[in-house]
Amino acid sequence: MLGKSIVLGQFIPIESPIHSLDPRVKIILAGVLIFILFIVQDWFSFLFLGIFIFGLTLTAHIPTGYLLKSLKPILFLLVFTLVLQIFFTPGEVIWEYGILRISREGFVRGLFIIVRLCLLILATSLLTLTTTPVELTDGLEYLMNPFKRWGFPAHELAMMMTIAIRFIPTLLEEADRIMKAQEARGANFETGSIIQRAKNLIPLLVPLFINSFKRADDLAIAMESRCYRGGIGRTRLRVLQLKQSDYRFLFLSLAFITFVTFSSFFLW
Amino acid sequence: MIEFEQVSYWYSDVESLLEIKDEVLNSVSVVIQKGEFVVLLGRNGSGKSTLAKHCNGLLIPKRGKVTIDGLNTMQAENLWEIRQKVGLVFQNPDNQIIATTVEEDVAFGPENLGLPMEEIRRRLEEALSIVDMQDFRRKEPHLLSGGQKQRVAIAGVLAMHPEYLVLDEATSMLDPEGRGEIISLVSRLKGSITVFHITHYIEEAVNADRVMVMDEGRMVAQGTPREIFNLRDQIVTWGLELPQVTETAWLLREKYPHLFPTLPVSETELVDALCLSS
Repeated sequence: MLGKSIVLGQFIPIESPIHSLDPRVKIILAGVLIFILFIVQDWFSFLFLGIFIFGLTLTAHIPTGYLLKSLKPILFLLVFTLVLQIFFTPGEVIWEYGILRISREGFVRGLFIIVRLCLLILATSLLTLTTTPVELTDGLEYLMNPFKRWGFPAHELAMMMTIAIRFIPTLLEEADRIMKAQEARGANFETGSIIQRAKNLIPLLVPLFINSFKRADDLAIAMESRCYRGGIGRTRLRVLQLKQSDYRFLFLSLAFITFVTFSSFFLW
Repeated sequence: MIEFEQVSYWYSDVESLLEIKDEVLNSVSVVIQKGEFVVLLGRNGSGKSTLAKHCNGLLIPKRGKVTIDGLNTMQAENLWEIRQKVGLVFQNPDNQIIATTVEEDVAFGPENLGLPMEEIRRRLEEALSIVDMQDFRRKEPHLLSGGQKQRVAIAGVLAMHPEYLVLDEATSMLDPEGRGEIISLVSRLKGSITVFHITHYIEEAVNADRVMVMDEGRMVAQGTPREIFNLRDQIVTWGLELPQVTETAWLLREKYPHLFPTLPVSETELVDALCLSS
């Protein structure tokens, strides 16, 4: 059945030093990496950060090919960006054909942006490949906790994510069932133009939606009768605790990233 | 003690703003003593689920009152304590599991109570062992069978250490195997906790201390399983069916009136009675 075989997110369930890190450390580091990737402006930094990401991939025992696969969904975006940059950046012309002209600056800038995008995606993929959705949710809730005092709904957001994760397989299973039921009555989900196929999805989506509202209602009642009243006074079964290895890893990584950024601005 | 005093309830029609007084519960008075195993029977639409939702203040009576160990569900400040005392398990196993793993879900209630981590752990282990799901602690709920999911739901309620366990048609969406699991679990729980089991499967009432029957929002009968099963003609008008064993006994008795001075309610009783008389 569809629902039984899907893996949530991209998580690869193996054991490695990276997998066992505290999710907060990984989230913070991914955030810092993204930020730094946006501010550095030279190839050397990209090279170092690329090596850093590659090193983490090896430590996490994740096949490099598998990590690179995460670039596939943005392939179109990459090509599109490259084409735009190459043709529309003014500068020293190196190739010309009719109204099309390519400038050296455009070519270099296009490549630069592509490398930046790739590194961004690889860094975030590394996070989702080594952290379960539940850990991610936990980590985010902990990290968002300080903002609670300004009315930020940290607990509520985390609870919403948990419930969403919990219900994805259930809803997929249900979609599968409805699809079969509609197919048995002659519905066709596979052929026709894109518009036609989109239209054919209506008899699938409407019951799916109505049922999810019913589920939401039931779930709310079940939660309420188990004394749920939001995050107030709630304790947790799993408490995140930073280990020494977490501190060490975070410190070393931040030191390396700081060094790269620093040298990018002052050394070359 | 759960006490219903002349409780009436009707759903109001939001659109017309007029309360349609189509009473789903009609002056129902019920008392459930601590330690009892009570089964409530009734066909679809008889009001039994509405009654269940009154037990922990999910619904508040429109007339009359419900008290749990003296706490009135009408007062909002009591609800927290009431919901700790009365655990509800619902019909659809898919729609009452909140967390992404069995373990997390069972811990959901204790977490809400604000218990320290060690205590949550302890209760988690205890509840999982009662429902015999220790080996599934890390499993995701969608990988479980209906009966297993419902056992997780029961564990989630038991982990809150309630005094009353209310099963609101908890078996009605399960296959026969799943139903069997739940019924045997409930009979194991019998005695250690008050169980109020609401169902339309009459054979689930066989082991009850007391059986109640509802129809059209009213409590129409109360008694031991044997007393209820003796009301053969009325059972049909309430939209229920006699258990196979009892039905067999009735049919036999029509032909051989000397058989069964007392009506057998279980298979062994039927067999014993038949063997003795021959």
